[in-house]
Amino acid sequence: MAVLSYIQAVTLALKEEMERDEKVFVLGEDVGKRGGVFRATDGLYDQFGEKRVIDTPLAESAIAGVGIGAAMYGMRPVAEMQFADFIMPAINQIISEAARIRYRSNNDWNCPITIRAPYGAGVHGGLYHSQSIEAIFANQPGLKIVMPSSPYDVKGLLKSAIRDEDPVLFLEHKKAYRLLKEEVPDTDYTIPIGKAEVKREGTDVTVVTYGLCVHFAKQAAEKLAQDGISVEIVDLRTVYPIDEETIIQSVSKTGKALLVTEDNKEGSIIGEVAAIISENCLFDLDAPVKRLAAPNIPASPFAPNLEKEFLINTDKVERALRELAEF
Amino acid sequence: MSIQRINMPQLGESVTEGTVTTWLVQVGDYIEKYDAIAEVMTDKVNAEVPSTYSGTITELIAKEGETIEVGQLMCYIEDGAEDKKVAADQVNPPKELTNGTQDDDRMKKRYSPVVMRLAQENDIDLTSVSGTGKGGRITRKDIEKLLVNTNENEKMTSHKAKEEVTTIEPNQQAEVEIDEFTPPIIRRKPLKANPGDREIPVTGLRRTIAQNMVRSKTEIPHAWMMIEVDVTNLVAYRNAEKVQFKENEGYNLSYFAFFLNAVAKALKKFPELNSCWAGDKIIQRKEINLSIAVAHGHELYVPVIKQVDEKSIKGIAKEIHELSRKARTGNLTQNDMEGGTFTVNNTGSFGSVESMGVINYPQSAILQVESIVKRPVIINDMFAARDMVNLCLSLDHRVLDGVICGAFMSHVKSILENISSETTPIY
Repeated sequence: MAVLSYIQAVTLALKEEMERDEKVFVLGEDVGKRGGVFRATDGLYDQFGEKRVIDTPLAESAIAGVGIGAAMYGMRPVAEMQFADFIMPAINQIISEAARIRYRSNNDWNCPITIRAPYGAGVHGGLYHSQSIEAIFANQPGLKIVMPSSPYDVKGLLKSAIRDEDPVLFLEHKKAYRLLKEEVPDTDYTIPIGKAEVKREGTDVTVVTYGLCVHFAKQAAEKLAQDGISVEIVDLRTVYPIDEETIIQSVSKTGKALLVTEDNKEGSIIGEVAAIISENCLFDLDAPVKRLAAPNIPASPFAPNLEKEFLINTDKVERALRELAEF
Repeated sequence: MSIQRINMPQLGESVTEGTVTTWLVQVGDYIEKYDAIAEVMTDKVNAEVPSTYSGTITELIAKEGETIEVGQLMCYIEDGAEDKKVAADQVNPPKELTNGTQDDDRMKKRYSPVVMRLAQENDIDLTSVSGTGKGGRITRKDIEKLLVNTNENEKMTSHKAKEEVTTIEPNQQAEVEIDEFTPPIIRRKPLKANPGDREIPVTGLRRTIAQNMVRSKTEIPHAWMMIEVDVTNLVAYRNAEKVQFKENEGYNLSYFAFFLNAVAKALKKFPELNSCWAGDKIIQRKEINLSIAVAHGHELYVPVIKQVDEKSIKGIAKEIHELSRKARTGNLTQNDMEGGTFTVNNTGSFGSVESMGVINYPQSAILQVESIVKRPVIINDMFAARDMVNLCLSLDHRVLDGVICGAFMSHVKSILENISSETTPIY
């Protein structure tokens, strides 16, 4: 078993799926010869050629549109948005076409496309290279949104996304690309979409989060364990639709929930998690449900000190958890 | 001149670490700002790291071939600038958590849904449960612990019933906080200042004084007594010694030192007054540590002289002098204020002849030493001019009664009235 970084796990999953099924192909800006601006498709062009690793014009609506058409025709496209921030021109294609087609055609048609996009801040990206965009898509039935938190999960979930019969938005945290490393098996394994995972068991407080914030939660939990505070970490993995059962089970056990996201606080994924908890766990709650999120400003600032202030980090998670544990 | 840190810079989006391939400088090299100091390789780029300061390299931390995270230290440089302070670590100082005060129990009766449910399901009277949460809140864990304890207790008592033992485990008793009468909180409308009134914000120290006073006066049932003492001998003795003493020691031989000495001796004989109320028991302190009140400006400090019974008059006078000086200069430490077992208050210093002290919680008594005044006194059916002083004692009537306090005060009186160089040497 090799130790892979988060982005190497992306590349490996793509490679294995393209080897397994010749209907799988990749399209996006600079994904071919260049191997992607983040090197996510590194080596695929050489291995599979220009017909299966397609460089597209700078037109996100076309990348999504071409992919959706190919998917409806029976192919398995993996479309890449160079940055999640650039997905806006493709929203009409993704929501109005991909997400709706099965319902609209009364189950005659479906659209098994995977759209990959790097999201998130913390790499000094400023306004157009830092945003979290999951909430925009998180009330569109027909669409699935997967946001893995570790290299192992990346490989298993990306394979499941590619094999899924419906459109999947696969969001990768760009800071996690080279920050997170772990052992990733070279076997062909998948992780089910729509299932959250308890990354750490605990009894005092539950953290519900996803993506890179899981990493911060793990570090904070480690620190708090030294002070006898036992933290349970629920990694949503799929943020839409949400795995209600795992959340309910965990929060019913601990009675205290901290919900963490890098996205703006208002209208974010964790607001939905809070609603699930209040609908189902009232008589098990021992403290108000707390949210830790970015302030309601358009995007992560460019200035490093402000970016640091804006972002979630281990200290902030630790502080919030400690407060809740002491409540 | 100051030592600065040069950290691994961010060499591209998504790059979180870099490998130092070659150092381009050595320790002792002088370099200009923006000069390259090292070649660094990341999985996206190879780049030269520029210096962020002009100056002399003092230490290379990263080794060639070592991979370090963005923002981690690469090397130290001594820069030319005079005014800069030593570079602080880049990590932001953690913001202070705002903790509620410990004694605050405003959350005691705020029950969370899970606490309500568990209490109903298990028939628990929540008013008898003490909470460990913020503001005295009862947490889910408190209830769960209680349930486990009761289960164990039930097992234990049923077990012990067979052995005909009825004592309760002392350990488990100690865990439970004592439920006592707590005075109701009265909310009042905020007072408004009239035009021309001055509003003075309440300082932290003032607030603490206020809280302690309210706590003492509402919780402790104060009783009060006063005796008068003829200290003519003490005045004569002290007047005879004070000039020489000041010359030798550099500080005053105060009356107060003699009073503290007498109180400490009396406490040794009557340890009942050197104690505190602990709900289900009274704790008698072994050490005799006297709190003394020291006013400075608008603030009141109560530093402690430890183990007064083991100190000479000179030793006590010296500590009074030291603590007053510290209070005046704002140098009292937490250590100076801790551990008091009984308070002696020098109210005479501002001319008072009679006062009712508020007990210094959680002690059980406070003694006020009033002004020494010359008064006509009848001795052997004749008038005599004597130096008289009133001693006033406030006592916690839960712990102490009139008889024991009367005996204590008589003892203090007899010590003071018999002071001489024989009975009470200064050194």
